[in-house]
Amino acid sequence: MSDKKPNDLKSMPDDHGHFGIYGGRYASETLMFALEQLEKTYNTLKETAEFREEFDRDLAHYVGRPSPLYFARRLSETWGGADIYLKREDLNHTGAHKVNNTIGQALLAKYTGKPRVIAETGAGQHGVASATVAARLGLKCVVYMGAEDIERQKLNVYRMKLLGAEVVSVKSGTRTLKDAMNEAMRDWVTNVDDTFYIIGTVAGPHPYPQLVRDFQAVIGREAKRQILEQTGALPDALVACVGGGSNAIGLFHEFLNDEEVDIYGVEAGGLGIESGQHAAPLSVGRPGVLHGNKTYLMADENGQIMGTHSVSAGLDYPGVGPEHSWLKDIGRVTYVDATDQEALAAFRELTLVEGIMPALESSHAVAYAKKLARKMGKGKRIIVNLSGRGDKDVHTVAAIDGLEI
Amino acid sequence: MKRIESTFGRLQEQGRQALIPFITCGDPRPEVTLPLMHGLVEQGADILELGIPFSDPMADGPAIQLANERSLSHGTGLKDVLSIVREFRDTNTNTPVVLMGYMNPIEFMGYENFAFQAQQAGVDGLITVDLPPEECDVLLPILSDHQIDPVFLLTPTTSKERAARILSYCSGYVYYVSLKGVTGSNRLDVADVAEKVAAIKALTDLPVAVGFGIKDPESAQAVARVADGAVVGSVLVNKVGELQNSETREIVTQVAGIIGQMRTAMDQR
Repeated sequence: MSDKKPNDLKSMPDDHGHFGIYGGRYASETLMFALEQLEKTYNTLKETAEFREEFDRDLAHYVGRPSPLYFARRLSETWGGADIYLKREDLNHTGAHKVNNTIGQALLAKYTGKPRVIAETGAGQHGVASATVAARLGLKCVVYMGAEDIERQKLNVYRMKLLGAEVVSVKSGTRTLKDAMNEAMRDWVTNVDDTFYIIGTVAGPHPYPQLVRDFQAVIGREAKRQILEQTGALPDALVACVGGGSNAIGLFHEFLNDEEVDIYGVEAGGLGIESGQHAAPLSVGRPGVLHGNKTYLMADENGQIMGTHSVSAGLDYPGVGPEHSWLKDIGRVTYVDATDQEALAAFRELTLVEGIMPALESSHAVAYAKKLARKMGKGKRIIVNLSGRGDKDVHTVAAIDGLEI
Repeated sequence: MKRIESTFGRLQEQGRQALIPFITCGDPRPEVTLPLMHGLVEQGADILELGIPFSDPMADGPAIQLANERSLSHGTGLKDVLSIVREFRDTNTNTPVVLMGYMNPIEFMGYENFAFQAQQAGVDGLITVDLPPEECDVLLPILSDHQIDPVFLLTPTTSKERAARILSYCSGYVYYVSLKGVTGSNRLDVADVAEKVAAIKALTDLPVAVGFGIKDPESAQAVARVADGAVVGSVLVNKVGELQNSETREIVTQVAGIIGQMRTAMDQR
C-alpha cells in the first residue's frame, strides 16, 4: 500500500487518517470520543466560508501574513551556486511558523466551546504561540515542557508565563519533547471534557496530522505565488528542516504534485549520524507506533523509544509526522541531515551575510541548502523555509562561544 | 477450552468474581517477577495481567511510568516478558496470563513472530492500550490464529454504538476503565460503575472486569458486587516501588499480601 503513488499527492490522508500505512489513530479509548468529535467539527468547519474567512483574517491582521519571500542576493553570491530565496516565517507574530497552526486550533477550541487549552513544546516556540492565542481568546493555558528544554529555553519559558500560561516541567523519561507530549496526553485523557489539546506538529492521532498540515499549508501557497511573481517560474528545489515536520509540510504540500520541483527535508544530524547522537528517524529509524500514529521512529531493537540529541530543542524528537514517512517511502521527498556543527555555521553565516538570525531549527535547512546550491549551480532557484527566528537561541550559541549572557 | 473462558466459567459456578492483579514485568528487577506471579496466585489471584515495559507509557500515571523505568533500567524487553511467562507455565498451567502494553514493542517484534512466541510461552490474552478497533484489522486475525484473546477497554466516554463495535472484536473478557484519566487516578463511583457495567452486559455475554481506582479491600469488594472481576494495578505497583531495594521474598510477601486481603473481602461479600 505504501509504495502506491496516487495521482494527487495532496489528497492524503484517506478517510481513516492514513497516509499509506502511516498515520491512523493509535490512541487510548478515553480519547477516541474527543478525536471523533474534533474530526467532525473540523470537517464541517473547514468547508464553511465563515471559518475560512476568520482564519485568513487572523493570519493577515494578527500573524502578519503574507510573510515575504526574500531573495538572499548576498548569500547566493557568497555561496556561488543556485539563487536562494528565504520564506520568512521568522517575521510572523511570535517569531515562528508555529503561530499559523495555533491560530487555527484556537479557532477550533473556540467553536467547540472548550475553556482550557494544553500544549507540549520543545524549543518553546509552539508553547509561546499557544500561550499567545490563549491570551487573545481568554482561555486558560497549560504548557508541558521537558525539564531539560526548560533549562535550554529560559527566554521562551518566561514569555509563556508573561502571557499567562502555566508551564509544567516534565521530569520523566528523557525530560525532552517526547516526554512533554506524553504528559500532555495524560492531561488530555484526564480533562477531556473541558480541554482542547493544541498539538504543535503534524504528528499525533488523526485528525491532527491533517489539520496541522492544512493550517501550515498557507506557507507553500504563498511561496508558490510569490516565486511565480518574482521569477515567472516554479523553484527547482525546496528545503525545510524536519523535527515533527510541520514547517516542512507547510512549505512542501502545495508543491507535491509539481514533479519538476525537488523537495528536501533536513533532519537533525546532531553529533553525526554515525555517532548515534542525533534526531533523524527518517534517515536511520524504522516504522513503529508512538503518540497516536504509525510513523518512522528512533527506537532500540525492543521497540523502546531512544533518547535523541540535537543542538536545537525544537528538532529533538524521536518521531516524525506520518505524512513525511509516506513521502519518504514513495520517494517524493528526499530526507537528509545536517549536523549541529553545520547548523551552527549556517546560523553564523546567514546572520553575518544577510543580517537575518535564523532559529537553530531553520539553520539546519540553511546548512543543507548551501551544499545543494553548489551542487545545483547557477541559474537554479531554491526556496529555503526560514521557520523561525534565532532570538531564543542566542544564549545557546553564546554558551558554545563560552559567553554567559 | 481457552484458559480465560474456563476460569470465568469456574468462578461463575462458584458465585465468585475474578481478582486480576496487574504488575509490570521486570519491576523492580527481572528476577522478582516469577516468584511474584506465583505469590499472587497463592494469595487468590485468578488471572494475571503482566505489563510489557515501554519507554513512553502515555496512558498511564506516574506510578506505572516509574515501574516501567525501573524495569527498563535492567533492559527488560518483550522477549524477556515472554520467557518469564514460559517459566511460569512450567509449574502453573491453569492461571491465565494476559499481557498489557503499548503497540511499539509488538510492532518491532513483528505481529506474526510475537503471536507465535506468545502462544508458545502460554500467553492467553493481550491488552494493547493504544490500539483501538479502528487499527486492529491486521493484528486481530493473527492473534485469533494463535488462540490469544484480544481484551479491549471500554471507558466512560465510549458511546453505546462504539461499545457494540468494540465488543464484536473482544474475547476473553472486557475491561471497563471506571474513570477518565490515567492509571492511579483517585475517584471510584461505584453506583456509576454499576450502571455502566449493566449497560455493557446488555450488549455482551463476555465477563466484565473493572479497573482503575481499586485501592483497598473495600473498593475491591464494592466492585465485586457489580462486576465479574476487579483489576488491581497501581496500588501493587506503588508497593513494589516502595520496596524496590528489599529482598525478593519481602516484595512477594507484601505485594501478594495486598491481593490476599482483597480476596478475603471479595469472597465475604
